[in-house]
Amino acid sequence: MRLALRELHRRPGRFVVATAILTLIAILLMVLGGLLDGLTAGSTGAFRAQRASLIVYSATAQDSLVRSRITPATRRTVERSAGGKVGGLGSIQLGARIPGRGPRDLVPVILFGFELPPKGLPSSPPGGRDVWADTSLRVRGVRIGTVVRLGPARTPVTVAGFVSDTRFSGQGTLWGSLATWRSVLAVNRPAEQAGAGVVQALVVEGATQRPAAIDAATGGATRTLTIGGAIAALPGLSQQQSVFNQIIGITVAIGVIVVALFFALITVERTPLYGVLKALGAGSRSLFEGVLVQAVAVTAAASAIAVAASLALAAAIPAGSIPFVATPQRLLTSTVYLLIAAVVGCVFSLRRILRIDPASAIGGEQ
Amino acid sequence: MSGEALRMEGVRKTYRVGDEEIVALDSVDLVVGSDEIVALVGPSGSGKTTLCSIAGGLLTPTAGAVVVGGEDISRYGPKQLTRFRRETVGFVFQTVNLVPFLTARENLLVVDEVGRRTGAKARSRADQLLNELGLADRSKNLPLQLSGGQKQRVAIGRALMNEPSLVLFDEPTSALDTALGDQVVRLIREEMKSRGTAAIFVTHDDRITHYADRVARILDGRIVDGQIEAAAAG
Repeated sequence: MRLALRELHRRPGRFVVATAILTLIAILLMVLGGLLDGLTAGSTGAFRAQRASLIVYSATAQDSLVRSRITPATRRTVERSAGGKVGGLGSIQLGARIPGRGPRDLVPVILFGFELPPKGLPSSPPGGRDVWADTSLRVRGVRIGTVVRLGPARTPVTVAGFVSDTRFSGQGTLWGSLATWRSVLAVNRPAEQAGAGVVQALVVEGATQRPAAIDAATGGATRTLTIGGAIAALPGLSQQQSVFNQIIGITVAIGVIVVALFFALITVERTPLYGVLKALGAGSRSLFEGVLVQAVAVTAAASAIAVAASLALAAAIPAGSIPFVATPQRLLTSTVYLLIAAVVGCVFSLRRILRIDPASAIGGEQ
Repeated sequence: MSGEALRMEGVRKTYRVGDEEIVALDSVDLVVGSDEIVALVGPSGSGKTTLCSIAGGLLTPTAGAVVVGGEDISRYGPKQLTRFRRETVGFVFQTVNLVPFLTARENLLVVDEVGRRTGAKARSRADQLLNELGLADRSKNLPLQLSGGQKQRVAIGRALMNEPSLVLFDEPTSALDTALGDQVVRLIREEMKSRGTAAIFVTHDDRITHYADRVARILDGRIVDGQIEAAAAG
């Protein structure tokens, strides 16, 4: 093992090509992962920000917030059966006019009306037509005190504060009271307006009952999901994740192939040296450990460069432009994937090392 | 220790190539005393490398007994042979084969690193050997920075690191000119004799055989002359 480390130290040039290729693969892996995380974060923030553990849709909503309507009667049943605190939730997607932008330069936003505050919002919904805005809207020119005009009716709401990581369906969000939501809905989408006490969904904090028990209590009028279940049911999300994960899988597979080819070549090149070392009493295991150490070290160096590049990229991208986030978890996971790829790639050299005959060091068998 | 560094009795080695059996060694009897130097001479393909490989635990005999330093290795498996090579024999290869990215001192310490590490003891022995071989001032040089003779001396030092019962030299002068070859073989003799270590050097160069205590000639896999233990020439 020390021999392998010394070779890395004294002959770094031999490993430059492999390190460069693995660095590119690592950067690709981390950028893909960062884009997936950015897209997922931008699609699910409003749900992830909920302190609630459950979300209750109407049974006919097909797990969609937009299609769901909960009547006051159903709400009372849920409040009696669920345990914990129950709050209403409503949403509407509209084009927003922001001061300083052109009259046709609409910014798509989703206005949420809430009762139980998600993380980062004040303990009670803002009064009047005040709303809190997602921090991603800053890049669109939204500031505290900005009056944003929503929808075709140009309904004004005033930004009173900012909350982070609450984007939904890839759009910035505004958070106000249920009354604000109802009034904006009524004038901009009259056909969809909600009656008194009607909300799109309920969120339940500290629920003592399971989702199925709540749905049974409402006689099948509701469909209750965990927040995680509601996120998984968001349209297109799982397909998006599946496609990205397949690309990530292929990238890791390419990493395995690169490591396998490189170290297979190096092993072939070292056959005479390994023959000598075996003749001197080195076991195949210790020789393989040396290859493994080199592969892991090269991959770790490539991953470290890629982590730095990903963090630099994340810092350089203007907020709200490209959905890219470099989370420690993603960077760590990508590094672990690559290290596993390095180990798997090395296994292809094991057979070759085992087959090296120490007698070859002393001029063959004849 | 039996007083013999090597005893080979009725050693036979065959290979199968297709349906044909190739006999590389046949009925070889050879005894090497504990401080004896034997030159193994023969033409190409005569079996001298095979004999050397079997004596060094690189190959196993098809039949017969091989005892090195009192240890019968005739039926050893690969793991036992690996341990045996690490602890009991030393090798100096035809092309020297030093590890190119290690210094002279580190090339000696490789022997310790591939086995059970003894650390300070090994470092001390490496320094002592380098000193005795006249390489103290070259200990930090890479093989590229050493002359042919210096590389040979490093290889000899490496072969002596594990305090072997027997050192096997494979054509130690084949890559050297006459003067340097003569110098290297004289050095081998001096080093082996000063340590009381037995050695076999494989060669086809009759000009250097006079440095050996005894010459064993091999032809077509059989020792034709010198197989009986001779009195050390001293």
